[in-house]
Amino acid sequence: MPDEKVTLEVFRYHPETDSEPSFQTYEVPFETDWVVLDALNWIKDNIDGTLTYRWSCRMGVCGSCGMAVNGTPKLTCAAFLRDYYPEPIRVEPLANFPVERDLVVVMDSFMEKLESVKPYLIRNEGEEKPLSEGEYLQTPAELATYKQFSMCINCMLCYAACPVVGLEPEFVGPAAIALGMRYNMDSRDQGREQRQEVIASHDAIWQCTFVGECTTVCPKNVDPAGAIQQAKVASTKDWYLSWIMPKASK
Amino acid sequence: MSKPYVRPIPWTWWNQNTAYRMFMLRELSSCFVALFVLEMLCLVASMPDGDTAARAEHVKDFIASMNSGPMIVFHVVALAFALLHSITWFNLTPKVLVLRIGEDRLPDFVVAGGHYVLWFVVSAVIWWFVI
Repeated sequence: MPDEKVTLEVFRYHPETDSEPSFQTYEVPFETDWVVLDALNWIKDNIDGTLTYRWSCRMGVCGSCGMAVNGTPKLTCAAFLRDYYPEPIRVEPLANFPVERDLVVVMDSFMEKLESVKPYLIRNEGEEKPLSEGEYLQTPAELATYKQFSMCINCMLCYAACPVVGLEPEFVGPAAIALGMRYNMDSRDQGREQRQEVIASHDAIWQCTFVGECTTVCPKNVDPAGAIQQAKVASTKDWYLSWIMPKASK
Repeated sequence: MSKPYVRPIPWTWWNQNTAYRMFMLRELSSCFVALFVLEMLCLVASMPDGDTAARAEHVKDFIASMNSGPMIVFHVVALAFALLHSITWFNLTPKVLVLRIGEDRLPDFVVAGGHYVLWFVVSAVIWWFVI
């Protein structure tokens, strides 16, 4: 298919000169094995070196190249031009995040939310084994309970797909809650009570209205919507138990 | 000096894609379910003291009072929304209810299917007693 072109409409915003963002149109060679990220790289190399975006691994692992492609959050390294051709492709920064420059979003709020759920193994004081005693063993069944939630690559597509994140900026959000659940469900962990302060709070699971788009757009099949609903069930059980057996639940 | 641009969210955000529209319909369905429940509560609250025949007569009169164009339209719409409500929520149950046998998770269709079977059985029992 010689000389075939595909049109990319790219979101541009340069804070030094622009008060408002705008869209710039580029004609890019159409190659059947090119992804949107290849097209952006071609623009940067051949037309406009000022075009700014994040990317790294180019193989769906690093989670850096998330953008909105025709309005849908996608890893641009996995969004093939051929799936959109011959229609024009609109590339925007991930929704629900402030735009730093062009296709780069400010991800500070996301990092703070991730940190807030204490995404690491926590042991009760005095119950951590010395290194000499070896690792904490886990059965395949125990691993299976949380493995799906451990596949998150922090690409933030789920935050861009979630309308609640946009409407309620304090919402802890899908990936962070799923990651918190990943550790809560880990048989080696004892930190659930600490995480509950954040996860069971008004700004976390109870903000979620189960739109489900976080799960739909997730490139790693993490199912954050499922994690949040399961956290709701677990927290509701806690609440009932605290009424039925107030002593046992303390 | 960096000045990040915050994109405004239009009030029509719910009309951006089919998934959001379906979500809003699912949310809206609860209003119609609630209105129908309210109607049923009105019927129960207005039930006269007395024998079964008087109560049966009251139910008959209540149903007859619904025999108007707008009320029929309301009930058809409420039924459609009640079905949408039940089906969309039942289809979501496998995300909430995770049952495992060893390392394997019970398939989604088993969890959702169980709810449909239960729905059918309960409906059949109610039908049996009412009709």
